[in-house]
Amino acid sequence: MRAAWVAVLLGVLSAGPVAAEEMVLSLSKARIDITSSFTGEPVVLFGVIEAPGTPLPHYDVVVTVRGPAQPFTTWRKERVLGLWVNVDRRAFVEAPSYLAVLSSRPTPEMAEVDTLRQEQIGLRENRLLQRLGSDYADVVQNDPFRQAFLRVKQAQGLYYENTEGVSFLNPLVFRATIPIPGTAPVGRYEVVVKLLADGTVLRRGTVALDVGRTDFEQAVATAAREHAWLYGLGTALLALAVGLLGNLAFRRD
Amino acid sequence: MTIYLPIAELPVNIFVLLAMGIAVGFISGMFGVGGGFLMTPLLIFLGVAPAVAVGSVSTHMAASSFSGTLNYARRKQVDLALGAVLLAGGLTGTLAGVVVFGVLRRLGQLDLVIAASYITLLGTIGMLMVVESLNAIRRSRNGAPAHLRRPGTHPWFLGLPFKMRFRTSRIYVSVLPVVAIGFLIGFLGALMGIGGGFMLVPALIYLLRVPTLLSVGTSLLLTLVTMVAAVLMHAVLNHTVDAVLGLVLMVGGTIGSQFGARAGQSMRAEHLRLLLGLLVLMVGARVAVDQALPPAEPYVISIGAVGG
Repeated sequence: MRAAWVAVLLGVLSAGPVAAEEMVLSLSKARIDITSSFTGEPVVLFGVIEAPGTPLPHYDVVVTVRGPAQPFTTWRKERVLGLWVNVDRRAFVEAPSYLAVLSSRPTPEMAEVDTLRQEQIGLRENRLLQRLGSDYADVVQNDPFRQAFLRVKQAQGLYYENTEGVSFLNPLVFRATIPIPGTAPVGRYEVVVKLLADGTVLRRGTVALDVGRTDFEQAVATAAREHAWLYGLGTALLALAVGLLGNLAFRRD
Repeated sequence: MTIYLPIAELPVNIFVLLAMGIAVGFISGMFGVGGGFLMTPLLIFLGVAPAVAVGSVSTHMAASSFSGTLNYARRKQVDLALGAVLLAGGLTGTLAGVVVFGVLRRLGQLDLVIAASYITLLGTIGMLMVVESLNAIRRSRNGAPAHLRRPGTHPWFLGLPFKMRFRTSRIYVSVLPVVAIGFLIGFLGALMGIGGGFMLVPALIYLLRVPTLLSVGTSLLLTLVTMVAAVLMHAVLNHTVDAVLGLVLMVGGTIGSQFGARAGQSMRAEHLRLLLGLLVLMVGARVAVDQALPPAEPYVISIGAVGG
């Protein structure tokens, strides 16, 4: 693995000066298999920057990983007649089911607010499409529902931000470790890498990461969805069989 | 040792699940309740989505109640005729409950109704059971005979038309209140996501004057049929039944319910009712406390779009 990377690196460096920054990206694995003992797994992203010449500027790298988008509803609780009940809600029409933002330093230091927002750099800067009345839009950052959404998702371990998550092995080679938790939803994840220097985005790159179930887990999930009647009948029969077996096994009279 | 649940999409410790199954199974076998009102909140606490928790608990309750029903059937403590009449009302009630469930969810007030129902129902039923069983225990201590079955002092609703003789339970009552009880249990069960056994047992004992052990056996039979129906409904309509989760719970539940059933047989009926009453009261109090205390996080997120 290491030898391969050194070879790539040498090849890149020997290619000579280029007009603008280029970026080569690779994941330690393109697919995460969810097996019966899956409890989460890290994926390592490697990146190599091709610089047009010296002197090298100070490079910043932001890695944003987005799981498949899902609709969510955020509820606000309030005290009504002594009980805490949901009184208000906001529909998040489209939000990443998983979101990790890894950067080489705190994202607010990297560029102007407008650039950060435009490029969705930073956990708070990611677009969360909501339904407001009859409109679909994202809201201001200090909106309580939006803040609560990010807070709860982070507490669940599905949203993650690490401002020291990207480390430079040398000025042109960087590495980031993406934590995929055991509760990660299945589907195709998008890994977006942005290279910045002096507050401007120089380069954008994307790689895909697939999170999927293997054999048995996938078979169960497919059966539940595509053969619902058979699956339901099978599960019910299984329940009766277990009940009967248990009863016979423990029968004493 | 952890195991990955394919439908719930999360890893859990298999021993924690097994222990939960055994504990809830023990209670379910002892009192003839499905145990849903205990198991569903426990699974949600582990991080299982509420819909998947309700769907998978149904499989556990089906296995557990089948095993329990067999135990009681062997001792001839299941009234099939009474079970059939209750079921006629129960399945209609379940359907009505599912419809109301959908309406309340669209209005966004499902949580409130569920919490209020838990507090009111568990509080009332638990209190009634505790008071009654304490009275019964005091009477037997004083050497006075129990007055549970008093001929000629039946409440008015047992004398309504369409009277039917239930030989096993030795009662001769109108089918109207029986169907009504079945309907109410089915309705509340679907609405609150529970089997309803803990409400049915006292209803049979106090309203219909069915002997305690027969009430437990017949209630287990009703739980069995409604839970098998629930497994099918959840699997087909919502795809929320996790067979792996269900299997682990079932295995634990079946083992637990065997010991529970035996413990229940060896106990005096009024002591059994006192314990169940206290348990029901405790769960009700827990829900009330949870709802009354300010939550650590005043916001919750649910997956999926709800209403407009």
